[in-house]
Amino acid sequence: MIPLSWYIALSVLMFSIGVLGVLIRRNVIIIFMCIELILNSVNIAMVAFAHYLNSVRGQIFVLFIMTVAAAEAAIGLAIIIAMYRNKETLNTSDINIMKW
Amino acid sequence: MPTISTADLAAISPEIIVLCSAMAVLIMGLFVKKEWRFLLGYLSVAGLAAAADRTWAMRSVVHGAFSGMFILDGYATYFKMVFYVAAAIALLISISYVRMENIEKGEYYGLILFATAGMMVMASGSDLMTVYLGIELMALSIYVLAGFLRKSLRSNEAALKYFLLGAFSSGILLYGIALIYGITGTTNLHDIAAFIQTGTYSKPALILSMILMLAGFGFKVAAVPFHMWTPDVYEGAPTSVTAFMSVGPKAAAFAAFLRVFITALPQIQADWTIIIAALAILSMLIGNVVAISQTNIKRMLAYSSIAHAGYAMVGFVAGGAEGISSVMTYLLIYVFMNLGAFGMVVALSRGGMTGERIEDFAGLSKKNKMAALLMLIFMFSLAGIPPTAGFIGKFNIFMAALNSGFLWLALIMVVMSAVSAFFYLRVVLVMYMKEPEDDRKLTPNLSMYTAMAVAAYAVLYIGMNPSGVIDFAMKSVSGLM
Repeated sequence: MIPLSWYIALSVLMFSIGVLGVLIRRNVIIIFMCIELILNSVNIAMVAFAHYLNSVRGQIFVLFIMTVAAAEAAIGLAIIIAMYRNKETLNTSDINIMKW
Repeated sequence: MPTISTADLAAISPEIIVLCSAMAVLIMGLFVKKEWRFLLGYLSVAGLAAAADRTWAMRSVVHGAFSGMFILDGYATYFKMVFYVAAAIALLISISYVRMENIEKGEYYGLILFATAGMMVMASGSDLMTVYLGIELMALSIYVLAGFLRKSLRSNEAALKYFLLGAFSSGILLYGIALIYGITGTTNLHDIAAFIQTGTYSKPALILSMILMLAGFGFKVAAVPFHMWTPDVYEGAPTSVTAFMSVGPKAAAFAAFLRVFITALPQIQADWTIIIAALAILSMLIGNVVAISQTNIKRMLAYSSIAHAGYAMVGFVAGGAEGISSVMTYLLIYVFMNLGAFGMVVALSRGGMTGERIEDFAGLSKKNKMAALLMLIFMFSLAGIPPTAGFIGKFNIFMAALNSGFLWLALIMVVMSAVSAFFYLRVVLVMYMKEPEDDRKLTPNLSMYTAMAVAAYAVLYIGMNPSGVIDFAMKSVSGLM
């Protein structure tokens, strides 16, 4: 059986990649993908904990997170499209009418 | 096998009413002709009033519904009343603005109601799952509202920045929740506290999860150093939306923040108190100092809202029934004074950027004495000058901090509040001392003036008779302690 610590290590790694990506990447879509990576690292941790703790709460939580992530993707991509129609760029350095 | 009782359904009846009116407004927006769409705004206010009536009728009920996922208690009731007031005033000041900006759609009112429902779930969530769902329902609605001016690049940019940073902060909050679930094996706030008291766990992991959750909530309340999105989003979003999101979601984020930390993590209070104290100092410092140099009034009010989050956190640090009730009182007062100030910005706006520069207020006293007087009241209140409500709010927090031995924090608060008087009173100075640049008149508008009159009356009334509100907050906080 795979020990819990492996799952946690994987989840921490994914979380770190996600956070790093949000902080250093400049493309809006890639930043958004990194946010999804963070959410999925949470899902892995939740499911692993739920399995090892013998509790279903974590798995239910994961279902909610996936649902919310789907809604978030719909809204996020809609916002990105609205932005792209007005200004044909996805680079955060060009999205600078107001100072960051 | 847990079952759903009628008492559970009764406990969420205000949320059901708000959601039903949101959906009704959303669907009716498709059929109602353009010239009658303003009625949808009044319909939304009526929905909020009906929900407020239900909440008020159940004010003495304490009921943990749905196997402890959702709790109805005095604390939740208090915050729900704050949200109803915030949403109703924001809707009233929106009605003429959305017509002018040509975004008068059913979705606008529907989304404000959906966000309100999310805020109500946040205040009532007694499980990290419901708290998270409430946060997301509120945040997703507000992202869309921030980008509601689809043709405006500034609005797009505000929505995009808010969305990316908001989703990022939820991710961090969620990781904190996942860790705390791993440590304690539960997501129920009371069970977490019980486990921390009796069980064995690793303290560093618990502290880490607390810090991750603190960062997530810090984003939502716009505390420094998690404030970067605030000025841009406040500036770019449609002004009526900015007005709403500067008060409603902030109060809701505080509601959830306080409940999660006080209910679930009282055992490590010493650890989070010191971090929140640091955030409070930074927020007051950066918010007030940077606000001085702003020329756009929406941006200035954004930095001021960061500073006000700092004041509220001082009350949080003070803790105890006195400290928490001072935060609650402050958030209610902040709703009135900030919506009033933003309402005046909305009243002055004529599409595009007009009305957003502080210079646009020049000579307002000559053009419209009443409007200038109202703005004067709101600015005095934000600065915390007696006899306005802002003074009462700050005084309560100050006393709470003093009584629990945070003298230095209270002193920083007073000094920073004096600094803030500089930029609030500059607006007053511009209104009264400068000559008007043009002779544009303010168009009288019933819903707008009703909202402003209510806000100004509340600011003055609470300023002179604060005992009612303070007693209500004191009584409501008992459920949490």
